[in-house]
Amino acid sequence: MRAFTALIARDLRLSLRIGGEALTLVLFFVMIGVIVPFAIGPDKGQLARLAPGIVWIAAFLSMLLGLDRLFRNDDDDGSLLLFRHAAIPLEAIVAAKTIAHWLLTALPLLVATPVLAILLAMDFESWWRTTFSLLLGTPALVAFGALGAAVTVSLRRGGLIAPVLILPLCVPVLIFGVGAISGGSSGPALLFLAAISLVVSTFAPFAAALALRVAGD
Amino acid sequence: MTLDAAAKKSNWFSRLAHPGQFLSWSRPLVLPLAVLSALLFAIGLWLSFFASPEDYQMGDMVRVMYVHVPNAWLSQFVYGVMAVSALGTLVWRHPLADVAGKAAAPLGAVFTALALYTGALWGRPTWGTFWEWDGRMTSTLVLLLIYLGIIALWRAFDDQLRAARIVAIVTLVGAINIPVIKFSVDWWNTLHQPASIFTAKGPRMPLSILTPLLIMAIAFTLLFLTLHIVSMRTEIFRRRAETLSRQAALSAEAN
Amino acid sequence: MEHAVFILWAYLGVAVLVAALVLYVAWDARRVAARLKALEARGIRRRSAGKAS
Repeated sequence: MRAFTALIARDLRLSLRIGGEALTLVLFFVMIGVIVPFAIGPDKGQLARLAPGIVWIAAFLSMLLGLDRLFRNDDDDGSLLLFRHAAIPLEAIVAAKTIAHWLLTALPLLVATPVLAILLAMDFESWWRTTFSLLLGTPALVAFGALGAAVTVSLRRGGLIAPVLILPLCVPVLIFGVGAISGGSSGPALLFLAAISLVVSTFAPFAAALALRVAGD
Repeated sequence: MTLDAAAKKSNWFSRLAHPGQFLSWSRPLVLPLAVLSALLFAIGLWLSFFASPEDYQMGDMVRVMYVHVPNAWLSQFVYGVMAVSALGTLVWRHPLADVAGKAAAPLGAVFTALALYTGALWGRPTWGTFWEWDGRMTSTLVLLLIYLGIIALWRAFDDQLRAARIVAIVTLVGAINIPVIKFSVDWWNTLHQPASIFTAKGPRMPLSILTPLLIMAIAFTLLFLTLHIVSMRTEIFRRRAETLSRQAALSAEAN
Repeated sequence: MEHAVFILWAYLGVAVLVAALVLYVAWDARRVAARLKALEARGIRRRSAGKAS
């Protein structure tokens, strides 16, 4: 367990030392919110209606953008090789790195949602619903992302292929995530979203670790 | 190698599935399969155009069903083949399994695309639109995207042996995820007509429509098997050729 | 025969794409076989093929 937390702390420290990565991601996230009104017009009613979907898509794209550095740096400097022979199993290491990645990429987005809420004319109710569904859904996105990053880690030009692989797999997350926002029957959607997040983030580290082992052979 | 391991290695299945063995036993299969498939296509086409009645509800649009349903069936069957091959690659590290998986992916993508295409042409007159975001069409579209992603992943690797095991992981994750996608998409929007071939009360279709449908389905499945065997053979030959050219390059360097 | 156009297009599209698939598979098989034959004609042998088993 000490090693587990140490790994999370290491990843957080590394990312914060390089600096600005989380901030850049938030910037990208907010920029999508800024771009959309130019594309669909500044009508407040229409914006408010589309806002939850826009926020979800913005979060989706931002998470895909940050995928590549999940294992890439460790592969480049050889830490990945060390991890494979570490005392704690590779699965646990992948899980730790996934949690760190969630803290670095998903949490800043959640913090930044109020900005988007104001820009897109969301009311308080739909803002916190969106944020809550993002909170429940992003673990699944990060877990799928870890899988995609692990699968493409040995590819030099893998930057584009991981999102293409993951996007179709993430369709249920998006469906239930947005379904949880729209009023009425949001109860089951929230439960399904939570279930998907739990199951995926439980199993993805195993699949990702397997892929990392294969890639290293 | 111990005697025990040697005995285990030479059971009928591994002998049948050894790439060299596969090449020799699959060779005489190709032509009969192709001929049989072509024959069934001829019968099926004749039945579906001239010898089957119009459906009382859909009129002659029922004829589109004879090409739509087999493709839709194959789009899922081929993924099943790929998932089984992926298991073979990961669990038994079988050399033929990754060849089978790789050969199946483009075929599955084509059949899925055809299912979508015929579905769109079926939907236009009956529903009034080429595309409707309903459960089955959407999940078939997602399936097509998964196929294309897998093909892209195969092509991204230089080392095909490593690619095989990584693609196998993705294929299995996709296989687990496909029911979830199907369920979520159904939950999201349901408009498609419910399943009507096999229901609890037996086939709900008259025999005159079921017969051409089954014949076409078998014809398409045989077509897939033929193409699959041929592309597997091609893939084995391709790997041999690559090994040879690498050897040639090596010996040229040595001289 | 009110929807003949759609039926025709459906069958035509399927026929064209299936034919393209069959032709591609056949062409690929032929191309790879030719490449293998050319390599073997240059006297390069696989190690496993050279060994008497």
